[in-house]
Amino acid sequence: MSGRLFLAQRATAAILAFAVAAHLAMIILAERSGLTAGAVLARTHRNAWLLAFYALFVAAASIHAPIGLRNILLEWAGWRGRPLDLAVAGFGLVLLALGLRAAFAVYAA
Amino acid sequence: MSEVLAVSISRGKGERYDEFRVERRESQTVLDVVTEIQREKDETLAYRFACRVGMCGSCAMTVNGRPRWTCRTRVSQAVDAAGRLTLEPLRNLLVIKDLAVDMTPFFDKWRDAKGYFEPGERPPDDFVKVPPSSPQRKAADEGIECINCGICYAACDVVAWREDYLGPAALNRAWTLVNDARDRGQEARLAAVTLETGCQACHTHMSCTDLCPKALEPTYAIAGLKRLALKRALSGKSNAVKP
Repeated sequence: MSGRLFLAQRATAAILAFAVAAHLAMIILAERSGLTAGAVLARTHRNAWLLAFYALFVAAASIHAPIGLRNILLEWAGWRGRPLDLAVAGFGLVLLALGLRAAFAVYAA
Repeated sequence: MSEVLAVSISRGKGERYDEFRVERRESQTVLDVVTEIQREKDETLAYRFACRVGMCGSCAMTVNGRPRWTCRTRVSQAVDAAGRLTLEPLRNLLVIKDLAVDMTPFFDKWRDAKGYFEPGERPPDDFVKVPPSSPQRKAADEGIECINCGICYAACDVVAWREDYLGPAALNRAWTLVNDARDRGQEARLAAVTLETGCQACHTHMSCTDLCPKALEPTYAIAGLKRLALKRALSGKSNAVKP
């Protein structure tokens, strides 16, 4: 992994450490409070803070995961070169698109 | 002591194991056992040694699954629960014959990591002052006793996974030179050790630090290089181009 990828992975890991903890806390809180799906969506509806939080979460994950996956493929499957970079970049874009779609869906619901 | 030690040795390029029985002796080292087998029982056994006192780094091999310097490893430390020894060549290097491996890639990577002192185009105008108490000198001191035995290289899983990884010994050597105020080749060295195959590939398993017979800590040397790699990336210097 080059220096820039290394930096990107460490920086996004720092964001994810916070974002995953906050995400799990929210899930547990919602579950313990007995909120229905409708009640949850009522709280997420037009909540710009929540949209910004999940957009950041998704962006960090879609940078972090492909870099990690690239390392795994490099080390365990012996895959090298541009096809590997393109494949994991594609994977990152898919994560980004799916994640942002979901984040926007609960915002707009 | 009249016990007998059962020894199993990998032969050829690992095609088979030969069994030997050697008398147990007090304070006997693993290298003593190999030498006795080669001299008394099978003169075709290939292995490598030179100094016999833990200085030259030639006699490393895999003893009951762990890479060790055999001249300084007593049989009593290394035998398994059944009192047996299994000897194999070092991992991650091509086997020449029996217990002797080709160290060429190991030393090539020292070169690739710029693991040599670079004095610059012309001598400096004055001596560089290096206080023994300076952090750089201390950092270099902690890594300079490497004897090139290859144990860390054999112990490293990342080397096993990707053969182009520079490995703990070469990166440790680079780190000692990064902390050498007299060296004039830092830019090329930093570019070399922060390439894809350099310090960032380390997973911090710490097998190198755990098994180094000289009690060096290549993991911490690599961590130092990783910090420099981050600074380099933040300063926008590209390490995508080979120096």
